[in-house]
Amino acid sequence: MSYKAALRVWRGDLGAGDLADYQVEVNEGEVVLDVLHRLQATQANDLAIRWNCKAGKCGSCSMEINGRPRLACMTRMSIFGEDETLTITPMRTFPVIRDLVTDVSFNYEKARQIPSFTPDPSVKPGEFRMQQVDVQRSQEFRKCIECYLCQNTCHVIRDHPENERPFAGPRFLMRIAELEMHPADVADRREIAQEDFGLGYCNITKCCTEVCPENIKITDNALIPLKERVVGRKYDPLVWLGSKISRRTHKDTPKVPGKS
Amino acid sequence: MTDSERGDIQRLSYDVVVIGAGGSGLRAAIEARLAGKKTAIISKSLFGKAHTVMAEGGAAAAMGNVNSRDNWQVHFRDTMRGGKFLNSWRMAEVHAKEAPDRVWELEAWGAVFDRTKDGKISQRNFGGHEYPRLAHVGDRTGLEMIRTLQQKVVALQQQDAIEHGDAEAMIKVFAETTITRLIKDDGRIAGAFGYVRETGNFILFEAPAVILATGGIGKSFKVTSNSWEYTGDGHALALLTGATVLNMEFVQFHPTGMVWPLSVKGLLVTESVRGDGGVLRNSEGKRFMFDYVPDVFRAQYAETEEEGDRWYTDPDHNRRPPELLPRDEVARSINSEVKAGRGSPHGGVFLDIASRRPAEEILRKLPSMYHQFKELADVDITKEPMEVGPTCHYMMGGVEVDPDSQAALVPGLFAVGEASGGMHGSNRLGGNSLSDLLVFGRRAGAGAAEYVDGLAGARPAANAVAVNEAVAEALAPLERTGGENPYEVHTALQQTMNDLVGIIRQEEEIKAALAELEKLRERAAQVSVAGGRAYNPGWHLALDLRNMLLVCYCIAQAALERQESRGGHTRDDYPAMSPTWRKVNLVCSLADGRVGLRQQPLVPIREDLLALFDRDELKKYLTEQELPPAAGAAAVPPASDTNSPAAQ
Repeated sequence: MSYKAALRVWRGDLGAGDLADYQVEVNEGEVVLDVLHRLQATQANDLAIRWNCKAGKCGSCSMEINGRPRLACMTRMSIFGEDETLTITPMRTFPVIRDLVTDVSFNYEKARQIPSFTPDPSVKPGEFRMQQVDVQRSQEFRKCIECYLCQNTCHVIRDHPENERPFAGPRFLMRIAELEMHPADVADRREIAQEDFGLGYCNITKCCTEVCPENIKITDNALIPLKERVVGRKYDPLVWLGSKISRRTHKDTPKVPGKS
Repeated sequence: MTDSERGDIQRLSYDVVVIGAGGSGLRAAIEARLAGKKTAIISKSLFGKAHTVMAEGGAAAAMGNVNSRDNWQVHFRDTMRGGKFLNSWRMAEVHAKEAPDRVWELEAWGAVFDRTKDGKISQRNFGGHEYPRLAHVGDRTGLEMIRTLQQKVVALQQQDAIEHGDAEAMIKVFAETTITRLIKDDGRIAGAFGYVRETGNFILFEAPAVILATGGIGKSFKVTSNSWEYTGDGHALALLTGATVLNMEFVQFHPTGMVWPLSVKGLLVTESVRGDGGVLRNSEGKRFMFDYVPDVFRAQYAETEEEGDRWYTDPDHNRRPPELLPRDEVARSINSEVKAGRGSPHGGVFLDIASRRPAEEILRKLPSMYHQFKELADVDITKEPMEVGPTCHYMMGGVEVDPDSQAALVPGLFAVGEASGGMHGSNRLGGNSLSDLLVFGRRAGAGAAEYVDGLAGARPAANAVAVNEAVAEALAPLERTGGENPYEVHTALQQTMNDLVGIIRQEEEIKAALAELEKLRERAAQVSVAGGRAYNPGWHLALDLRNMLLVCYCIAQAALERQESRGGHTRDDYPAMSPTWRKVNLVCSLADGRVGLRQQPLVPIREDLLALFDRDELKKYLTEQELPPAAGAAAVPPASDTNSPAAQ
């Protein structure tokens, strides 16, 4: 049942690092995180791994396994051949802290720039009435566990740090879509989606959808409909007329000031 | 390492420091910030990753959206029954009364719950709850809660960015930071000391009020549904600071954890599977739970499969199926079936929803469970039964607190959520945890803010000697050489607790566990760690061992002392529940570094709350002297209550 797997694990910090070779025991039914834990407990006590729930629910153990962005806790060893060498590296888009752990603070900065849920102030807690069919769209996006694999994969910022300022990445464009589709939200984030969060950079290659461990249809259900809404706003005759006679008929909600 | 490097400590000043960024910590921090207090949130993980994300079923609140007969009194009754009347009745009362407002508030902050047909928040059935009561989002309610609270913190920071020009002026999250010691000044809380994971650098929060919201202790057991963070930090910090913890013998084993593959043994299978129609069967295909309905619950549970099945559609005229008994009952029953040789191939029992509900409904209501089994065990739960068995899930015991403000015995110290004790008595009902976090999170935040206001200008100062000791303690495992590896000690500790102080206990085994803990204590004191201070998990584990050991001593000592079976504490050698023992809490404290234990009488239940129950039901739990007078009978004078139950 058990065998020894060959692992090449990236060890190092922001300054320097390299792949280190290990032989680690693997048992039936195990996932990559189990094997990394065994490596940590027996051969490399100080191996830095970020993880929490080991159940695919917290989105902490994001890394690249044979080049593919994955959650280590949800990647079964059985999908690899027993004689296959596994190369395990940190997420490439984010700066390395140590070994497999990266600095994902970029994501928290973007999150803070998006105007929060804005209900009609006259609706008191307990008075919200929404139909299941209307909340279902936002609910799909709220399945997001913030593993940032989509952010890591998106070619707009992967290897293009210069785009990190104008582009929020799929996770946060999806957050805007979630709020825009929330039946009780009254703010309008369509203009800032385009102008401040870089929706136009997305050319719908669907890489984000492909790596999402929650199987959220990020591109089809969030980004494309958001693009349609943005275009809809631009060609809305009332908005056009409003801009001509310089009286705003649609109140755009501004981006929240922040670092980047 | 030079002395200056050792002593290089970042010092920050706050009004309120919240340790833990799960549901209770975030709710407490929000309340403290709303009260105008400069608040720090300290999290062992990244912001938004706390263990609360693993909660699946829902938050119990008697909103009455699905069955309008529900109200706080019914919820209170269910909670007390679930806890076998050992609960702090005041906490159970406050919880039942305030939970609906806390859930509605969450919705106003952006939570998107599942809906009823008339557009209200939907509520689902759960073990021990008389009516459908759990507000939920599929089977990922905890994630919804943590994300909503996280986004509320962000919303407050956005306000502060506009008002103060700095988003972090009034509320700041210190992610991947661990507190190892609380610092006192003249008996009062003065601060919290710890390290930052990324760099290994030390940090001192100077603050007059600290809220422990650190969650549970599951990582002391081998088979657990808990994440790595659950090392009992709050329980241990409270003990080390001179506060008390109680009810530590009551550890909840959730009846349904995965049992196969070994890699995921213990991983939670939500109670919603049973709430939504799933049933438990043994290897003979029998729904064995009908054989395990205890006397105290007989009146409320179905006697035939037909009646149980009818209950899902007609709850007013049928009684609920026994698969929905409180968790302690179901976990013990599964354990007995397996011991009797009627278990599943991998040592559990079968949980079957495939034959009971259409595939489409299972996928819609239990999407996470479907994926969990499909991806981790190659089992399609819409086609075949799951194999499940008990897993260490929740600590009922925790810091002894004032039921209204969550204040611990040390001035300035507060505790909330799983880190606090009393609310759930000897056994927590599913769904009562998420609501507990919200209700008492808010109260702890308010309690801490009020305490800080009461200090006026007289704020305590962190004692420099204590800070130096904390530095030395934290560095010790790195400075020792040639010692044992901390992972080995941790594995041995988990095995000991699992084998000797697990779901079914007996005197000889608990004594053996205590002897083993002595050896583990010596081993833990000698561990040494390779590598440096930057993001070194070996070092972190070495420091966590102290906390886990303290918690395990409390569990084992209390389990040995309580000679009865109740809720999450089952003694093979004392199988009955004793009304005399019901009047007693076991309280642990630390003296000279050793855990001590004493018996403390419970406050008698307030008369109007007692009146919510039938006298016949109360008879099953209370001593004759505690019972309200029978109708028509003369009042019985209260008997003297000085005898120790242990002596009887």
